[in-house]
Amino acid sequence: MTDHTSQDAKAAEKSDQGYWAANVRIILVSLVIWAVVSFGFGILLRPMLSGISVGGTDLGFWFAQQGSIIVFLGLIFFYAWRMNKLDREYGVEEE
Amino acid sequence: MDQFTINLLFVGASFALYIGIAIWARAGSTSEFYAAGRGVHPVTNGMATAADWMSAASFISMAGLIAFTGYDNSSFLMGWTGGYVLLALLLAPYLRKFGKFTVSEFIGDRFYSPTARVVAVICLIVASTTYVIGQMTGVGVAFGRFLEVSNTTGLLIGACVVFAYAVFGGMKGVTYTQVAQYVVLIMAYTIPAIFISLQLTGNPVPALGLFGDHAASGTPLLTTLDQIVSELGFNEYTAHHADTFNMVLFTLSLMIGTAGLPHVIMRFFTVPKVADARWSAGWALVFIALLYLTAPAVGAMARLNITELMWPNGTSGDPVSVEMIEDEAQYDWMATWQKTGLLGWEDKNGDGKIAYFNEKDADTVAKMEAAGWGSENELTKFNRDILVLANPEIANLPSWVIGLVAAGGLAAALSTAAGLLLAISSAVSHDLIKGSINPNISEKGELLSARIAMAVAIAVATWLGLNPPGFAAQTVALAFGLAAASIFPALMMGIFTKVNNKGAVAGMLAGLGITLLYIFLHKGWFFVPGTNSFTDADPLLGTIKSTSFGAVGAMVNFCVAFTVSKFSAPIPKEIEELVESVRVPRGAGEAVDH
Repeated sequence: MTDHTSQDAKAAEKSDQGYWAANVRIILVSLVIWAVVSFGFGILLRPMLSGISVGGTDLGFWFAQQGSIIVFLGLIFFYAWRMNKLDREYGVEEE
Repeated sequence: MDQFTINLLFVGASFALYIGIAIWARAGSTSEFYAAGRGVHPVTNGMATAADWMSAASFISMAGLIAFTGYDNSSFLMGWTGGYVLLALLLAPYLRKFGKFTVSEFIGDRFYSPTARVVAVICLIVASTTYVIGQMTGVGVAFGRFLEVSNTTGLLIGACVVFAYAVFGGMKGVTYTQVAQYVVLIMAYTIPAIFISLQLTGNPVPALGLFGDHAASGTPLLTTLDQIVSELGFNEYTAHHADTFNMVLFTLSLMIGTAGLPHVIMRFFTVPKVADARWSAGWALVFIALLYLTAPAVGAMARLNITELMWPNGTSGDPVSVEMIEDEAQYDWMATWQKTGLLGWEDKNGDGKIAYFNEKDADTVAKMEAAGWGSENELTKFNRDILVLANPEIANLPSWVIGLVAAGGLAAALSTAAGLLLAISSAVSHDLIKGSINPNISEKGELLSARIAMAVAIAVATWLGLNPPGFAAQTVALAFGLAAASIFPALMMGIFTKVNNKGAVAGMLAGLGITLLYIFLHKGWFFVPGTNSFTDADPLLGTIKSTSFGAVGAMVNFCVAFTVSKFSAPIPKEIEELVESVRVPRGAGEAVDH
């Protein structure tokens, strides 16, 4: 019996680690997008995007003042949805 | 009814509403005082977080800073929203799983050290107090205008109101009150913006109007604005003029700081489940984005309106005359704002005209002299913090809109000031006194010490708010730098790494210390004017301004913490288990008080 429980505990620990690794991957991808739209398109890459015009100015200006905020919103809701799904896949959701 | 009475009516009615709710939902126990018994729905919580978050800096100050600088101040927009991504991904769900009431409790337990907890409390108090100074600046502007008194008198009256208000209830009262405040403030911000957007572009959505066509000229609004401001010698609105490196650091500081501010993080302790903490951050940003997507439109449109009022015949025609300002109804706002001492004009060359242009630009000065308007700018003072509040008057909107904006500006400043005072008081009474100095203190004693802490914090903030280190949003940016350099790295390392107690303490002290030093060197010691050795125009390190230093401070914090941790004993087994358990949602129960 004791062997059985310790095996269960080991399996749980292993799945917890897999869950955590998957979570960290999702976070990294999200943060890359987060940085590209704000620091990238909004500031550093703005000169490269200056050829694309948006309402009297260029795409970089739009990203700096509106676009990045909209992408941030999308990212947070994506993460919440994806993680709640991941919780169930690994069986670590709350009761 | 005159404008003064209408303003009082709107402000009075909104206050009666908040106080009514606060009394109705009065906090009874300490757990209700701090965390509202965790019965708050994610959408409600998101709305309250938004009200808590959007302060005088967002409401009163930010659009003004954008209006007079243009693209370069986009950092405020990206920084104060981008931080929610960090909060949602890196902190909120894990802190909720941990299940205690305050940020410093997490740091104290995770780093198994009462010292870490005390250091965290100090970091929280320093950042929050700086933040309250910024709020008080905004409160002073708002009360000064609506009671038609000087800025200083307005500030003192405001301080009394904020204190009375914050002392009434804890988080529970505050949560529901803040929902009401959110509704008032978002209406107050968007309704005038819709009116103005319709006037200028014919588009009822300000965020779309900003990128639409200017109805009067038929060219895009932003092109018109670029043209008109550059004719007066100012920088083109949409162009990039600021130092790029500093702009990146500043944006990053605001983002990291957002995720390190106690009064925002505390919000995520009040949702029922870990999954809700993730959604809550998203909902908060939805409600925040409603204002943040409108703000750049408010800034650009107000700048255009002001410039056109100063040059009613176009920039090549005659500037506005002194008689027009005195007699015509659409210039009434100038006289009312002059009373606060935050707006000023002077006919320096005695030609009966007020010429507004950039007097530092030699070509423009030559042009103005040739046209006979003199060599000096005659719109001598335009405090950035008055723009949003004056905006409906500038655009000649109906008086009820002006009254509504008054109520909204005060709601923004009050809700944040109250949230911060709550964070400060819980840090002092719960973490410092109950957690370290006197663990046997009674519940009553704890509540009393919480209220004393509030009173001290507001007195200090008011005193420093009389001579603020900058416009409201700039002072608040300093607070973000401090939070970024101290709290955020400690929380993140607590969840994602196995950094030990010594590392965390050394990191927090190094991050806070170096950032505080950099700020004091540029803004004066303890923000006392005249005691600074450098200015932000010519900073100590390269182009890094004191408002941007938080990101550097955070890097210092991480580096020191990792180095110290590497050369001292690893974390004990039970803490390793704590870290593992915080990482998975399973088994998140009710939060417990020790």
